[in-house]
Amino acid sequence: MHMADALLSPVVGGTLWAGTLGAIAYAAKKLKEKMDERMIPLMGVLGAFIFAAQMINFTIPGTGSSGHIGGGMLLAILLGPYAAFLVIASVLIIQALFFADGGLLALGANIWNLGIYPCFIAYPLIYRALVKQNALSRRITLASVLGVVIGLQLGAFSVVLETKLSGITELPFDTFVILMLPTHLAIGLIEGFITAGIVNYVRTLRPDIVENVEAVKVLSSGGSLKKIVVVMAILAVLAGGAFSWFASTYPDGLEWSIEKIYGKPEIPERSNVIAEILLEIQKKTAILPDYSFPAGSKGDREPSWPAIDPGTSLSGLFGGIMVLGLVVIFGIGIKVLRRFRHRT
Amino acid sequence: MTFDTEYFNAGYLDSLSYKDTFVHRLDPRTKILVSFIFILFVVSFPKYELSGLMPFFIYPVFLLTAGDIPLRAIAKKVLFISPFAIFIGIFNPLLDTNVMLTPFGVPVTGGWISFLSIIVKFILTVSTALLLIAVTSFPGICEALARMKLPRILVIQLLFLYRYLFVLMEEALRMLRAREARSFKKRGKEIKTFIRLISVLLLRTVERAERIYQAMLSRGFRGEIRVLKRHKLRLQDILFVIFSVTIFYIFRNFNIVSFIGETLSRSIR
Repeated sequence: MHMADALLSPVVGGTLWAGTLGAIAYAAKKLKEKMDERMIPLMGVLGAFIFAAQMINFTIPGTGSSGHIGGGMLLAILLGPYAAFLVIASVLIIQALFFADGGLLALGANIWNLGIYPCFIAYPLIYRALVKQNALSRRITLASVLGVVIGLQLGAFSVVLETKLSGITELPFDTFVILMLPTHLAIGLIEGFITAGIVNYVRTLRPDIVENVEAVKVLSSGGSLKKIVVVMAILAVLAGGAFSWFASTYPDGLEWSIEKIYGKPEIPERSNVIAEILLEIQKKTAILPDYSFPAGSKGDREPSWPAIDPGTSLSGLFGGIMVLGLVVIFGIGIKVLRRFRHRT
Repeated sequence: MTFDTEYFNAGYLDSLSYKDTFVHRLDPRTKILVSFIFILFVVSFPKYELSGLMPFFIYPVFLLTAGDIPLRAIAKKVLFISPFAIFIGIFNPLLDTNVMLTPFGVPVTGGWISFLSIIVKFILTVSTALLLIAVTSFPGICEALARMKLPRILVIQLLFLYRYLFVLMEEALRMLRAREARSFKKRGKEIKTFIRLISVLLLRTVERAERIYQAMLSRGFRGEIRVLKRHKLRLQDILFVIFSVTIFYIFRNFNIVSFIGETLSRSIR
């Protein structure tokens, strides 16, 4: 359920990036406070482990198709929330760069969806609340399943919200939710049981790996749990506040709802000449022109393509093909130039 | 096995990043910045925009050709990895059936246009991300992130992850091979076996981390890892940023596509 750049608007993507960067800075600061040196190689290698583990597949019971693990909750259990969050973030960064999962703008959203919920909500509020030291394996199973399911549900719901707020999809909100949440419930249940299985198995062979971190965390978790929640709340408010300015100057969701009200192409043209000129000027000066219209005024000028006049649409078609051709020629030109310079 | 090929692809992208061309020599910070701005410009287009996106192909094409990257390496990945965008986008043609234009008498609905727009945006943004790594190298990106004041621990973590990525992937491949050699048809892939496999891999990983830590200690590790700074901001970096952002701005705000199209159709007439 990686978000993709193509499904995000700049405002939604930017807001989530801001929140994610804040969380990264916070987690890094927390780790620095009581850094165990041994954690540095462990974190890095466990990040690589996630990739390696994702190469191993299993048969999803009842379906016959195969799946692999996500591993967010497992990392949180092994490393604690702060270190796990940074590991998840770096795994996603590498996935975005090397495997083209989503893209650079969506990276902020992906770290948010797959990192924040398991590490800062599901782990401290569910897993940690249920599993104390020397817990029975049944209890660990229950806590892992609950934690993974809730973390994934929050993530999936966020994907729905983010896509919907970006206004790219035509899917109605409720259908979208019905599509996303049950599938992720099933995924979450399987992942939860697998996570529990791994934790329990590792505990029998090398109890220190699981217990060790647990002991460290029990010492620190008392007050910090509340702190995490408070800080997250503050972060959310800050991110919201900083970007509400953007949101009000660049009404993204609003534009979309206006479209919904008017029905797309038949939007009434009711601008006069002066407004047209002003608009043109505004269009040329704004960085993100389509976002610079105040909500109610001329959101109707938005799409430049769906002008129904057949003349312009045809010229758009011609122009598009021409430009693509020019780009290809440009590319070939550079190639030739390179080869030429190589020879001399 | 798709992950097999993906794995080798990752190594391949990495090997491309050691070429020495104009774009490879640019400061990684400028490339990250310009690529990010590029993506912001691309996704800022409204959902029915299609023709206006076309000029933006110039940036990935520039990175591809000036960086001497084989087209096939990028195209293959972009084509294969897009299930989510397509999954979300494919509903648009079904739900939005307003006919928006009829070129040559073929009715085209708004849904198809917005779907194509998603696909084009997807190709642009994803190919840019892949090309960024292909012309920058991962250590270069990490250097840039460190100098852009991202938390040190994250950067160190990224460097570590990258260093051991291939090692552990090979370990996983060996385990997969062993599983395949010992099981027939669909057997051996049950969840129970899977949990054992992953657990063993995890234990090996933790033990490896312990060995690595010992090795680091014996080489003088004191909790601090320095990131090599190899790049300096030069004039051509600044020019690259200014030049590309100006071009993106022009492409975004002036409808050159319809201008070219109009002159073309006028001259045909």
